[in-house]
Amino acid sequence: MTEQPAVVAQGLIKRYKSSTALDGVDLEVPRGTVHGLLGPNGAGKTTTVRILTTLTHADGGSARVAGWDVQTQAREVRRRIGLTGQQTAVDDLMTARQNLTMFGRLFRLSTADAQRRADELLNTFGLTDASGRTPKKFSGGMRRRLDLAASMILAPEVLFLDEPTTGLDPAGRREVWEAIRHLAAQGTTVLLTTHYLDEADKLCDRISVINHGKNFVEDTPAGLKRRIGDEWLELVATDPSEVEQLEQLIRRVLGAEPVLEDAEARLSVSVKDGVAALTAVAAEISAQQLDIADIGLRRPTLDEAFLHLTAPAAETTLEETR
Amino acid sequence: MTTTPTTTQKAHHKATGETSRSRMLWGIRDCWTIVLQEFTHLFRQPSTFAWQIGFPVVMVLMFVYVFGSAMDVTGQGAGEGYVDFAMPGMFAMTMALGFMDTAYAVTHNKEKGFTDRFRSMPMSSSAPVTGRAVSDVIRAGIDLVVIAGVALLIGWRSGGSLGATLAAFALLLWLRLALIFVGIFLGLCIRNTETAGMLFAVAFPLGFISSVFTPPEMMPGWLGAIAAWNPVSSTATAIRELFNTPGIEYLEPAYWIDGHALAAAIIWPAVVMAIFVPLAVRQFKSLSR
Repeated sequence: MTEQPAVVAQGLIKRYKSSTALDGVDLEVPRGTVHGLLGPNGAGKTTTVRILTTLTHADGGSARVAGWDVQTQAREVRRRIGLTGQQTAVDDLMTARQNLTMFGRLFRLSTADAQRRADELLNTFGLTDASGRTPKKFSGGMRRRLDLAASMILAPEVLFLDEPTTGLDPAGRREVWEAIRHLAAQGTTVLLTTHYLDEADKLCDRISVINHGKNFVEDTPAGLKRRIGDEWLELVATDPSEVEQLEQLIRRVLGAEPVLEDAEARLSVSVKDGVAALTAVAAEISAQQLDIADIGLRRPTLDEAFLHLTAPAAETTLEETR
Repeated sequence: MTTTPTTTQKAHHKATGETSRSRMLWGIRDCWTIVLQEFTHLFRQPSTFAWQIGFPVVMVLMFVYVFGSAMDVTGQGAGEGYVDFAMPGMFAMTMALGFMDTAYAVTHNKEKGFTDRFRSMPMSSSAPVTGRAVSDVIRAGIDLVVIAGVALLIGWRSGGSLGATLAAFALLLWLRLALIFVGIFLGLCIRNTETAGMLFAVAFPLGFISSVFTPPEMMPGWLGAIAAWNPVSSTATAIRELFNTPGIEYLEPAYWIDGHALAAAIIWPAVVMAIFVPLAVRQFKSLSR
């Protein structure tokens, strides 16, 4: 039983009245790994998670979580999973400790055990000082951490996180990432959905990209980035009349053709080794005493990645220009 | 675990070790946990509680002193005996409008992802519903005690025996219990809490087109008939009888149901539950669709 993957889904299908949310999604998550489900809004990420957490019935296909069938053995699945949905489902009128104690009791712990577990989790998630306060006054990151703690009461075998950092400020995102890493380090299998490429990159062992309810690509973060393309070096000229000089400079230093966005005097160029390219170009710019308003490296956004992955023709054009 | 081949169902039960008896006991425990959660809210938000209680209290004072002085419900002159007539109606209306609180709470929990969290947990699946029903009935009991206190202050007295008076309050809670399932059903149907606020548009006619403040006999014929057949009226009329409200004897029951108010006050809520319990269960199950 232990050799079984934590999550196996085969050909999941979910139809709604006017649309098909899932059109045969397959998924396999080995135990003890962090798996990312990446895709734009409406791709079917949440529907997949809802089926795997027994909240929604699939119209076709099958899925087993922690070795149990999500449809026919829902109760067994529920004993072994934790779910943190898109909203932070904590009670705003109860203190952090009361929240966790209540969930502990609903997970069938005795009141004393539930309180003990609540204190442990508050400590683990760095909320001990806030234990007597209500989540209403928490920061977004703190609320999410309390939410995570509530889904960790029984130390679940598989933890599902649906867009765990959506709507959080950068500090909050870091707090939540830290918490997820901590859980993963302890061996919890994590399946998380996100539409942030950098989030999937930082946290996941493997990433499944889904789009329009279908599997699109599955790979490691490094492999996915290779497929998506390299980094872009961008620079903006202070004086538009110098754009041409800068273009020539880039051609000479990097041997590649920059793309010019006229309106902003912005030049971008796809580069293999971002840091080396940045240093070389910057050194040459200062040597020639040219003036630039901005220079930096940019990763492709998820939108660009999708465009890139879905349009192989565009990829070859890029290759050729290099 | 035995290795003898059994059906999935049997293996499942063996694995969880849950008999129907232990499942029931867990159901009661989970229900109680949710009741405790609801009561924590009450203590955490005394002001909300005060507002919710304040509404019927203000209504009592308004109707008794503002409109009541012009109303002649007993045929003995304006304002005469109006407190005694209106108070039972007020009790019944408070119970009737309570379904909005239920619906609001259900919608709120659904909207905040609470319902989904509960559904993803190995807790008793009936507990969110039973917990809501039990805590709302207890809440209604508190409402009644507070309003009865105000009523006593402004001179209302029950003319019935202790037994009859308690029976009247039991009928009120019976009505509230039935409407809880209407509230749960509506709460599950409604998308968000803003819409839940608009339930007033349904609640007001339910409360006012009734014998709560005015005898249906005084309304235009068709409206009077609707008012008389309103379940809220049956409860109001029945408890007036149980409170032995003075001055209503003169009112010849103009509608058949008025003459059978006690029976109607027992049967109506049962009918409402017979319709809305299955509807609420169906709506709850459709969450997984």
